Amino acid sequence: MTAALMLWRALPVLILAALWETAARTGLVSEHALPALSSIFAALGGLSAGDLYYHTARSVGRGLIAIVAAIPFGVAAGILIAWYLPVRVLLNPLLQCLYPMPKVALIPLTIIWLGIGDVSKITLIFVGALVPIVMAAFNGARGVDRTLLWTARSLGASEVRLLWEVVLPAALPEILNGIRTAIALAFILIVAGELVIANDGIGHMINMWGEAGHYPGMFAGVIVISAVGFAADRAWVALSAWLTAWRQ
Amino acid sequence: MSAPATAVPGAGAAAPGTGISISRVGYEYRPPRGRPVLALENISLDIKDREFVALLGPSGCGKSTLLYLIGGFMPLQQGSISVNGRIVTAPGPDRGIVFQSFALFPWKTVIQNILYGLEKRGLPREECRRRAQHYIDLVHLRGFEDSYPSQLSGGMKQRVAIARTLATEPGTLLMDEPFGALDSQTRTIMQDELLSIWRRSPMTVIFVTHDVREAVLLADRVAVMTARPGRIKALVDTRFSGAADSAEVVRSREYADAVDHLWTLVREEAVAAGAGGRP
Repeated sequence: MTAALMLWRALPVLILAALWETAARTGLVSEHALPALSSIFAALGGLSAGDLYYHTARSVGRGLIAIVAAIPFGVAAGILIAWYLPVRVLLNPLLQCLYPMPKVALIPLTIIWLGIGDVSKITLIFVGALVPIVMAAFNGARGVDRTLLWTARSLGASEVRLLWEVVLPAALPEILNGIRTAIALAFILIVAGELVIANDGIGHMINMWGEAGHYPGMFAGVIVISAVGFAADRAWVALSAWLTAWRQ
Repeated sequence: MSAPATAVPGAGAAAPGTGISISRVGYEYRPPRGRPVLALENISLDIKDREFVALLGPSGCGKSTLLYLIGGFMPLQQGSISVNGRIVTAPGPDRGIVFQSFALFPWKTVIQNILYGLEKRGLPREECRRRAQHYIDLVHLRGFEDSYPSQLSGGMKQRVAIARTLATEPGTLLMDEPFGALDSQTRTIMQDELLSIWRRSPMTVIFVTHDVREAVLLADRVAVMTARPGRIKALVDTRFSGAADSAEVVRSREYADAVDHLWTLVREEAVAAGAGGRP
């Protein structure tokens, strides 16, 4: 039953793969525009494992540092903006400006200010990841049921303790969702930053193979970063479910 | 903000320094957009130590607002409230509250919910555990210590909320339609349990309800409130001599008469609320 269900769910992907392979093999589309899946996987196998790990690790490392840094800042900022009017007055305009701005537009700026190395890339991802986390923490903190707050107060909680002991856990499901969005956004910014200019990373690899005309290699890079993104998202969903197991 | 309340002389006047004294309290809701709404007008009420008083009135009459003001959850705009001689300015562990919506911390287990208030009192860990277990047993939840609220029925959730509040031994218990979300059988059982707990512990109870029978059954005295703006329309004595068992009380003549009398008073207000109370 479960095996049949898994097959059923995999079916769209399998059909797409089959169509892709046939289209490329029969010459329906040119091998340059769309290399056959088999040659992409062959290229994947042909890449030196060391290189692949290195570039993947570089990309993931940048994303990880940025996300890990954005979480405490974003959560604290979101809760404080929700909780204290002066903070809201101070930070809200900044947030409103940052929210709709396409973060990739900042790439040239980060390069001019911070160079082409890790710092500029991590900063870009950090800024991009920060926004959905702040928004989620803000919405989560604003949505806390007042009876929970009142109960905690009447049981003797001080205001600072209230933020830590009630507001944060009550806002947690929303914060975890915000971080999920931030992770997806981080992958966009990792690749975008590396595509523009970099010395390493998956985005850099995709760029190099593309310019060299080695399209199976380029597609291999796309598949690797997509797989890593998919795995990161699944892992985060699993972690979120575990952290909020009390919701049943 | 204002001077201590001077006890209003009368039948229900509390001895100075004990009980709850509500003096000329008014409250206006001021929504960010739209007109302000006068919820309470010139409310004065004295509640004796260990008395069980029900606030009865139609929906929207401000009875919950009055309860929240006694709890110190909202800033007092007019008049003053003192509890055992202390002017109310903020929430405090001397006034425990139980809400209709239970207000359990959903990320904490039953015992963690109950421990929350106990740990705030700075008691030794073992003592906290012992007390929490005592109150879990009192509300018949042994075996559910490690369950999360989402795994419990409505009645069980309310037992947890009551245990959590009782565990810190507040002198005053504020109850905001606590059984309003429960089915009628559970509600009857909970009413009995509340009465038996109250009889054994030195607590003043203020119980908000729109259920006339519930008010008569539980309370020593019922304060009937008018439709918005809420004022005290009548204070009715509902203490029945002799009968200890609530099944006996509800069959008595006194109970039927009191329900009739209060029902008439409340109906007038419910009609008024329905006719002109809407903005």
